[in-house]
Amino acid sequence: MAKVRLLELAHARSGDKGDTANVGLIVWDEEDYPIILKAVTPERVKKHFKDLVKGPVERFRLDNLHAVNFLLHGALDGGGTVSLMTDAQGKVFSTALLRMKIEVPDEVAERVRGRGRYPRADAGGPP
Amino acid sequence: MTLAASASAAKSIRRPGRARTVRVAGGQGFWGDDPEAPVRQVEGGDIDYLMLDYLAEVTMSIMRKQMSRDPRAGYARDFVPLMERVLPACVERGIGVVTNAGGVNPEGCAAAVAEAGRRAGAGGRARIGVVTGDDLMDRLDELLDSGHPLENMETGRPLADIRDRVRSANAYLGARPIVAALAGGASVVVTGRSTDTALTYAPLAHEFGWARDAWDALASGVVAGHVNECGAQASGGNCSAEWWDIPDLARVGFPIIEASPDGSFVVTKHPGSGGVVNLRTVKEQLLYELGDPTTYITPDVVADFTTIRLEDAGTNRVRVRGVRGRPPTSSLKVSVAYSAGYKAVGTLVYAWPDAAAKARAAAGILRERLDRLGLCFDRVLVELVGWDSTHGHLAGEPPADLPEVQLRVGVRGADRAAVERFTREIAPLVLTGPPAVTGFAGGRPRVQEIVAYWPALIDRRVVEPGVAVETVEV
Repeated sequence: MAKVRLLELAHARSGDKGDTANVGLIVWDEEDYPIILKAVTPERVKKHFKDLVKGPVERFRLDNLHAVNFLLHGALDGGGTVSLMTDAQGKVFSTALLRMKIEVPDEVAERVRGRGRYPRADAGGPP
Repeated sequence: MTLAASASAAKSIRRPGRARTVRVAGGQGFWGDDPEAPVRQVEGGDIDYLMLDYLAEVTMSIMRKQMSRDPRAGYARDFVPLMERVLPACVERGIGVVTNAGGVNPEGCAAAVAEAGRRAGAGGRARIGVVTGDDLMDRLDELLDSGHPLENMETGRPLADIRDRVRSANAYLGARPIVAALAGGASVVVTGRSTDTALTYAPLAHEFGWARDAWDALASGVVAGHVNECGAQASGGNCSAEWWDIPDLARVGFPIIEASPDGSFVVTKHPGSGGVVNLRTVKEQLLYELGDPTTYITPDVVADFTTIRLEDAGTNRVRVRGVRGRPPTSSLKVSVAYSAGYKAVGTLVYAWPDAAAKARAAAGILRERLDRLGLCFDRVLVELVGWDSTHGHLAGEPPADLPEVQLRVGVRGADRAAVERFTREIAPLVLTGPPAVTGFAGGRPRVQEIVAYWPALIDRRVVEPGVAVETVEV
């Protein structure tokens, strides 16, 4: 087994509904969907975010899209216009979740290594 | 619902029930989106409808404030010059326009658009449908007195708690009044608080003659609306999937829904435009701001996003089919905006060495000074922009050689004077705190009134009788 970041297995988009942030997590390769379902549980996500998410974490499956949707309740300091946060609309909870490290079989780790990162990162930015 | 189209109403711009495919182009994802995008949608190729979403949750309260100063204001003003540019082409080519730009003053918006249309040479050739009845502000006390508590959907508190601070209250209307306006001969439909998705599927319901209980077709239309309502987010913008390979975002093509009579559709964009439409961009948008995917509630239908079938249908084409729907609930959602105190955010920039340590020390000094002044706030938030302002503790501890960091301190509270006093405590830190600090040239932070969002539900039977459709001749 080896550790990879979620970033290497999935891409994501997040947004807000009041004081709740949602993160949609979509696997790069359909074959990795069961890995996500098993490893990225609501409990694990709650633990990952710690005090960034004050309320419960809910998870909904979209097997049809090989994706899961997380609702992170109480994540936005009141949300919308009330929030003092830079990310009052929860736009970057997506990549915050993609930081999570999970255990996968070695051959999966080998296949996905480096995914999700700008391939010319050494250059510091786009040409 | 009353339909006040005159007997001389022009014929519906298309033939309901007979169309084969209908193309609805997304032109604005929010008020402030790319102003050129709708022009590109009209000029870039064939479309049947242009839909423009201008309303975020608290936009209505801003518009109400504008209208209190000027009774002719209270809508998305950007829509008027846009129509002056594109209405002649839309009339020429039979392109319908559907928008919620009307805000809290759809009639005023329609009048301004009619005037703009005449100036642009579209006089006598267009009719504007106006949908009203979503605005509950003048009915609030009557509603509260007659047993509609408008409880906050998140906290369960009754609206009576904040009644004296309410700034706007609007029910989300669905597709039916828009369909009625189109059937009455309108080529431009201006609404107030309609659901974002209805702006896309109302034209489809009209063109294909969908029955009110065509649940699956309507649900498919809702999915189409969800894809369309955030502009380029469906076509390569803000896409986390290998963003570096998404071509030509400078000229990004906004999404176009190419729908069939059964509601199934293809997401695409104009040929030659930038960006990309593929399974990844569409999936990301489908998941955007989604709740329980099995229960996507609208005034017309409840859509089940777990029944969506996606298929790659060629370059920049994604087919969506199989969507299942079920009857809507007996409620409509109401969006209430209310005054909820004040806030201010101040920033300073600290440079190497030990930038983060200095910023944190400055925050400590600031907090002590606020305490000594006896200022009380509901919330004080300290962030280090450049380190932890987006991912919090997940960013770990900042290194001592961090080149620079921005200290960002926000306060919130009911007492305006306390928030005001806070704004005077930022600049003094430059000469009275840790060194290598700059970035204060913007002056004192601004005190902002917080207009907060109060989501509620209301029995739809008390809203729908007030919904009206009128038309304005251009």
